Amino acid sequence: MILVWLILIPFLGGLLCWQAERWGEQAPRWIALATMLFVLVISVLLWLGGNFSLPGNGESQWLLEWRVDWIPRFGIEIHLALDGLSLILVALTGFLGALAVLCSWHEIAHRVGFFHLNLLFILGGVVGVFLALDLFLFFLFWEMMLVPMYFLIALWGHSGSPGQTRIRAATRFFIYTQASGLLMLVAILALVFVHYSNTGELSFSYDVLRGTDVPEPLAFWLMLGFFIAFAVKLPVVPFHGWLPDAHAQAPTAGSVDLAGILLKTAAYGMIRFALPLFPEQSAAFAPVAMTLGLVGIIYGAVLACGQQDIKRLIAYTSISHMGFVLIALYSGSELAIQGAIILMVAHAFSSAGLFILSGQLYERIHTRDMRTMGGLWSRIPVLPGFTLCFVAASLGMPATANFVGEFMVLFGTFPSAPVVVVIASVGLVLAAIYSLLLMQRVHYGPEYRPGPLKGPDAREYGMMLTLLVLTIAVGLYPQPLLDTTAAVAAPVAELFTDGADLAARAGEVN
Amino acid sequence: MMVTPVVLSFLFPLMGTLILAFSAGRLGPRASSVIGVGSVGLAALATLWAVMGHGGGTEGVTLWTWIAVGDFQPTIGLAVDGLALVMMSVITGVGFLIHLFAAWYMTGEAGITRFYAWMNLFVFSMMLLVLGDNLLLLFLGWEGVGLCSYGLIGYYYQGLDNARAAFKAFVVTRIGDVFLALGLFLIFMELGTLDIATVLARAPELWAEGSATANLAALLVLGGALGKSAQVPLHTWLPDAMAGPTPVSALIHAATMVTAGVYLIARLNGLFLLAPDVMLLVGVIGAVSLLLAAFAALAQTDIKRVLAYSTMSQIGYMFFALGVGAFDAAIFHLVTHAFFKALLFLSAGAVIISCHHEQDMGKLGGLWRKLPVAYGGFVVGGAALVALPLVSAGFFSKDEILWQAMAAERTGLLIAGLLGAVLTGIYTVRLILGTFHGEPGSDHARHPEPGTSVFTHHLPLVVLAVLSTFIGAWIYPGLGGLFPEAPGDTVETGHTLLQVLAMGAAIAGLALAGWLFLMRRSWLDNITDKGAGAGLWKLWHHAWGFDALFDRALVRPWQWSVRMLRFDFINLFMNLPALIARAFNAGLVRSQNGRTRSYAVVMVFGTTVILLALALAPGGGA
Repeated sequence: MILVWLILIPFLGGLLCWQAERWGEQAPRWIALATMLFVLVISVLLWLGGNFSLPGNGESQWLLEWRVDWIPRFGIEIHLALDGLSLILVALTGFLGALAVLCSWHEIAHRVGFFHLNLLFILGGVVGVFLALDLFLFFLFWEMMLVPMYFLIALWGHSGSPGQTRIRAATRFFIYTQASGLLMLVAILALVFVHYSNTGELSFSYDVLRGTDVPEPLAFWLMLGFFIAFAVKLPVVPFHGWLPDAHAQAPTAGSVDLAGILLKTAAYGMIRFALPLFPEQSAAFAPVAMTLGLVGIIYGAVLACGQQDIKRLIAYTSISHMGFVLIALYSGSELAIQGAIILMVAHAFSSAGLFILSGQLYERIHTRDMRTMGGLWSRIPVLPGFTLCFVAASLGMPATANFVGEFMVLFGTFPSAPVVVVIASVGLVLAAIYSLLLMQRVHYGPEYRPGPLKGPDAREYGMMLTLLVLTIAVGLYPQPLLDTTAAVAAPVAELFTDGADLAARAGEVN
Repeated sequence: MMVTPVVLSFLFPLMGTLILAFSAGRLGPRASSVIGVGSVGLAALATLWAVMGHGGGTEGVTLWTWIAVGDFQPTIGLAVDGLALVMMSVITGVGFLIHLFAAWYMTGEAGITRFYAWMNLFVFSMMLLVLGDNLLLLFLGWEGVGLCSYGLIGYYYQGLDNARAAFKAFVVTRIGDVFLALGLFLIFMELGTLDIATVLARAPELWAEGSATANLAALLVLGGALGKSAQVPLHTWLPDAMAGPTPVSALIHAATMVTAGVYLIARLNGLFLLAPDVMLLVGVIGAVSLLLAAFAALAQTDIKRVLAYSTMSQIGYMFFALGVGAFDAAIFHLVTHAFFKALLFLSAGAVIISCHHEQDMGKLGGLWRKLPVAYGGFVVGGAALVALPLVSAGFFSKDEILWQAMAAERTGLLIAGLLGAVLTGIYTVRLILGTFHGEPGSDHARHPEPGTSVFTHHLPLVVLAVLSTFIGAWIYPGLGGLFPEAPGDTVETGHTLLQVLAMGAAIAGLALAGWLFLMRRSWLDNITDKGAGAGLWKLWHHAWGFDALFDRALVRPWQWSVRMLRFDFINLFMNLPALIARAFNAGLVRSQNGRTRSYAVVMVFGTTVILLALALAPGGGA
């Protein structure tokens, strides 16, 4: 039952925020903050009380499970389950949700209640995605995240350069994700019908569908349907077009959620669904996926260097970082998959930090154009130091979580795909270039405009410090996270090697 | 018990960093200096304690397991042996003196808290680099010192040039770091461990000498060492790094960080011995670097740039020693170089501050009477740099290196080393004459304000000056037992001959320089002013044009591709469906024009088409 509450709390909190606006502007903020902290506390308590060791044969892999029939004639259930991976991501959602509320404290001034309704609905949808096991339910939550995000960008976003309006960005975001969601829906339905024609039983259940024997050409297309749906969200080049616009035009809270959590739903989807449902096809597809990951790493990094808008720069770096995740997921190595999970968490912290910082800069100088920044180091106390810390995290400085993630990915992938790792390592140099370019353009050099600016207040300082401490803590002692997700990563890696074997055997037979 | 002092030796600087970083401007300059200098002083005391308590051999302690997934088990673990202790002593000992001097040098600068926070963080990272018992922790320190170097080169953040120099230093060394990282991936894949002792034990068991894997692993590690230690071709960042405050140049870009590559190769000696070809390459790169840099040092006008190229040149000697298998000699030179180069840089700093931030030799001159302490520092440090026989520290270590090259029968390297010694003499004399003798070139040099603080100005210079004499060579303990036998350890023939040769080279350099600069000054100026001489001068001044080459071959194509890709052409491609939809829309909008005549035409046309289709369809119309 606690799983249901994890999903319901944000939704209920959202409704409450909406109605609470009549009690004043502050009420929705405090309610939203309390809601997300509540989610965070529940998941941390679950984490402390849970046992995440690899289950023995026949035992359930889930720490908690909850299922009840929903539409029995189509075999649709409300089936929620939680394991180490989903727990970590739910906790992350709670944490970043709280940060998103905090960083919009002064930024959002109109329709505060409705803003928080949308924000909490996104987060509720995300929690649902991380917990849903029934494929129909998963799809429902997957789509449910989009609509409030659309409103968040369209109603509270910034308009950037001419022609880059927030409505346009929101529409583009919506069309991309909607179209990809459609592909996933088709793939899900096809999978269900194949299973129906095989066994005469209609079911959307994850456990049931996993064993489905799909005939060969179709299986590949279905795998591709899932892959593209997740690839759009990750995003993988060439499906990344929505991301820079959405990030640049979204309010800070939107960017934080988008980079910190929404992108992770895609990686989660791959680990949970795309790979286990189609192990053979995924193994065969791995070279293509890895190549796409490499393209993402390099292309994202090169484009990041060419941006003048600070938020667009950070957005492109996300594309580059997610390339590492994609490579890891298709490497079939436990070390790399564990690294990808750490990198997901690390990227959530570092990109949230950078987005929050650029939001704080925006509140002070009312621009995101780096050509009109410069020399801020002498104008603002403390913030440049924090920027340097998160920039260092973003370029993978050791002792930050990003380093642990990236290097585990590279160490894990190297034995199976050394060439991929060599090319991906170029991304490490490029990461240094774009990260330090940001630093240089914003904080170094002569002052673009004179006059000191206000330093961070306690709220801003606290957010930055918390993120930084977490980044370094995970960077120096990631073991608690690794132990939590080991039981998830190991089977996925195994499944992959089995899949490769099967594919090889099938090839021999042919 | 060794653990306490060793852990304290890097915890003190870390605490210093944390206190300074979180003071958020509440500490005054004096308090910041006390914390910054004091933490390194305490670290030096802790190191002394560790040295006293060291019982020989390797003592290790694992603080905690960093990451554990399957075989991948890097730890936060320390290994303390003679090499680590020597490095720790240099880092904290010389580091303390430099921090102390910085208290004088940085007086009145804004942001002194930030300065000391970075400096302490640097000492902390450097300590982890030399203490780490596995390659991943070493890499942590390795990257950490790079970040601190970045922060300190760009310390004067208002100058865009400083920011560029910092950026360049970080990115160029990062290229080397990526090679090192690839080396780690390869080593872990092949040997299944990152623990240094285990790597050194397993490598000879699993890899044949000269095998492709061994060569590749050594080559990748070498790539990392080249970047950090500013050797050809990854050396271009070092001269620009002089944009940082002079104590930074002394600590990071002379005494410690730039020698990390030497430490790395010496630490992984077993790996390199399995790859004789790479060893030869190490020696050749060292020789090339030492000559290139020595020529470049001849033609600099900025005193810090002379010292920067001289550092590169001296590290070239260390690489050269590593290349012939004389690891102990390389570390010996590392230590003496740390003493005398720190002395030279700090003396240069004393000149620069006294002359109101003037560091161009053309605008200095005639200072020797007015700045006696700095002059003394330059003379003693310069003597060690040119390896003045018997009295200087540099003589003993450089002699050892040349001797090992001779014993290893690497004649080419030996000749390069001797030629380098002559050149060193010339540029050192030119530096000292240009800075302290002749006529003052500007008002700043005419009216210098000498440093008067005994504790923060005189003391560090005097102590380093003492260490730069033969005393510095005496206190080096010798690490022969730690390393594989060097070629010169067993033979004795020819050692005297070599010593004569080395002395001759050093003295020849000095004599030649004296003759050129004192007797033939106008002739020399004539040559360098026009024609081929001027061209050569310009080439050396720009250090053989590596910067221009890299600019054309790498930087500009990169900038071009960034500009080309800025508008995200792949994304434009994805907009195609939208454009097609819009085109259809436009077409269909046109059809709905509200004119009855055109509707009738379309209707008749459509009807005809359908009827025709029905009539011609197979089986239709019957």
